[in-house]
Amino acid sequence: MTNYFSWNNLPRINPSSVFSPRFCSDMERFEKRSQPYLVQGNARSYGDVCLNKNGTLIQSEYLDRFISFDQQYGVLRAESGITLKSILSLTVPQGFFLPVSPGTQLATLGGAIANDVHGKNHHIQGSFGHHVLKIGLLRSTGEILECSSEQNQELFYATIGGLGLTGVILWADIQLRTIKSPWMHVYSQRFDSLEEYWDLNHYYEERCEYVVSWVDCLGLGNKQGRGIIFAGDHIASSEQRILRYHESRLNIPVQLPFSLVNKISLKVFNQIYYRKKTFPAGTSVHYIPYFYPLDSIQNWNRIYGKKGFYQYQCVLPMDRAFLGIQQLLKIIAKHQEGSFLAVLKSFGAQNSLGMLSFPREGVTLALDFPNRGARTLELFVQLDRIVRDSGGALYPAKDARMSAELFQESYPKWESFSEYIDPLFSSEFWERVTK
Amino acid sequence: MNSLRKIVVFGGTSAIAEAVMRRLVEEGASVFFVGRSAEKVHSVMNDLNVRSTSEQKIKGVVADLSDTTLHQNLIEESREYLGGLDAVLIAYGTLPNQKECERDPQKALAELHINGNSIVHLLLHLACYFEEKKTGVIAVISSVAGDRGRQSNYVYGSAKGMLSLFLQGLRNRLYHCNVDVVTIKPGFVDTPMTSDFKNKGILWAQPETVAHGIIKSMKKGKNSVYLPRFWFWIMLIIKNIPEFIFKKLSL
Repeated sequence: MTNYFSWNNLPRINPSSVFSPRFCSDMERFEKRSQPYLVQGNARSYGDVCLNKNGTLIQSEYLDRFISFDQQYGVLRAESGITLKSILSLTVPQGFFLPVSPGTQLATLGGAIANDVHGKNHHIQGSFGHHVLKIGLLRSTGEILECSSEQNQELFYATIGGLGLTGVILWADIQLRTIKSPWMHVYSQRFDSLEEYWDLNHYYEERCEYVVSWVDCLGLGNKQGRGIIFAGDHIASSEQRILRYHESRLNIPVQLPFSLVNKISLKVFNQIYYRKKTFPAGTSVHYIPYFYPLDSIQNWNRIYGKKGFYQYQCVLPMDRAFLGIQQLLKIIAKHQEGSFLAVLKSFGAQNSLGMLSFPREGVTLALDFPNRGARTLELFVQLDRIVRDSGGALYPAKDARMSAELFQESYPKWESFSEYIDPLFSSEFWERVTK
Repeated sequence: MNSLRKIVVFGGTSAIAEAVMRRLVEEGASVFFVGRSAEKVHSVMNDLNVRSTSEQKIKGVVADLSDTTLHQNLIEESREYLGGLDAVLIAYGTLPNQKECERDPQKALAELHINGNSIVHLLLHLACYFEEKKTGVIAVISSVAGDRGRQSNYVYGSAKGMLSLFLQGLRNRLYHCNVDVVTIKPGFVDTPMTSDFKNKGILWAQPETVAHGIIKSMKKGKNSVYLPRFWFWIMLIIKNIPEFIFKKLSL
């Protein structure tokens, strides 16, 4: 039996029907399948934005073709089911890179648009939506609308970050950026406290394009807020490197019955990771391990076991961020739960284009939590309170449980957005946070 | 090793053929392919064009290959376009609904024509070209269904069975002029052609996996290959079940 769960295996919901078109032209007839419809790309989101229990899941997997690539201006048009990995393997040798890249290259182009994903360079480049020039949107009426900042504007801004609810993104034009080398120059440095993080982050953001930090989510007392900051830039010279990068083929072959991430393994990992060798003076790393460290372990989600896991990613506005993050980390550490990779970074001032986009100026914290049922959910309620009091928001692409109140409060445009939803489209997420 | 630098593909918009072409284009090949739907040919051609460099030539043309009068011209067009042919892959076909064929014998004949006769016609033309050229490789996608007749798909199976037998003879004929003929027998492949099958289990392979096997077999000049390989063992058993038992089974 094929499952259509999202990456965190939670909630375990399969659609009542699946449709996998191989060509955009197969899609144009909206056959009489069970409604509502929703597109699922490579299912790399965490939660229920890509799930559709009572309706038809349109899989975009086979819509993975390039349409055109203008090498002079770096404009790529491709079908929406293509993965960022396929895009990069074509464009990197030709000196072009995605201006914004999320933490996995296995996401699809359509998914990157529908969730308006962000990367480690938000303070410079904004989010993915800032680099989308045009979208070919198929509505359930059979009409294909070209949407851009000049044409069908409202629908364009509704579709960016629109969680796939405005119709089928058939293809998109994106503006790539130039690079001189597939290698990165990266710096890493330890910090002992949140105060130190704040200063270092500021320091590196002024100097580097990419900045992200790992934080020890178990640290209590004087260890609270300790971590490592990773900053980097694309190497600006094209000198031939003798170094060759070999892709790792590690795989977690089976779903484990229990989670390998627990209090003990987490403690051990965090102690070791904090002491990992850092490179304050910089070193060279290939772009794949730099941007996509987790992709090197296929099916890494399986380490969380059969019950799956939750992601919790919030953003807190700048003026409330320091106190808020401090409180969040304190609660998480007290529960002695959380993930190997707790990620902290700041979003710059550039406003997101999408009506439902998550990125907004402030600081974002992201963690995974093994699913321990009610205990985990109770922890989230406590975290939500801080997010809410700080005027923050949770990331729909990483959510399986936020309350409708919290969503509606932190995404005030949700009602005006709903006018642009395709009448035959919906998702488990949307049903949950709006009904 | 056979060169696959200049290849013509009949049925280029099928999932397996498209995966083969993508891989070959990445290796630097020039491709001429034929497909039935203009829209699909166009999409595949655009994609291959983006994946190729300016030295490679990519062309897709629209034709219904069940019309055998077109074959000779298509072969000539591809020869001219690519400047000679190194390799051919025949990948077109349909998976008919057996029940419909049983109700409508005319439909059965049409299916035998497209999956059997038309390919034989195309192959006879190609054979003349390669016989003169004295080097090259011809690969044809047959099926495990052609190894033994079963009630659930014996119309499709008999077309493929004829094809496999025809290819044996052709292989024998072209051996003497250094041309390899490869019979590809894929098992279950997860493509739109098989979208009516529910619950695809471990026996199902992805088109990319099969494509990889096709390219390897073409380069090496294999005779007949099951893809994935474990189908050899499955078919060995199926072929050896005595008929007095086999006829009672519902496979």
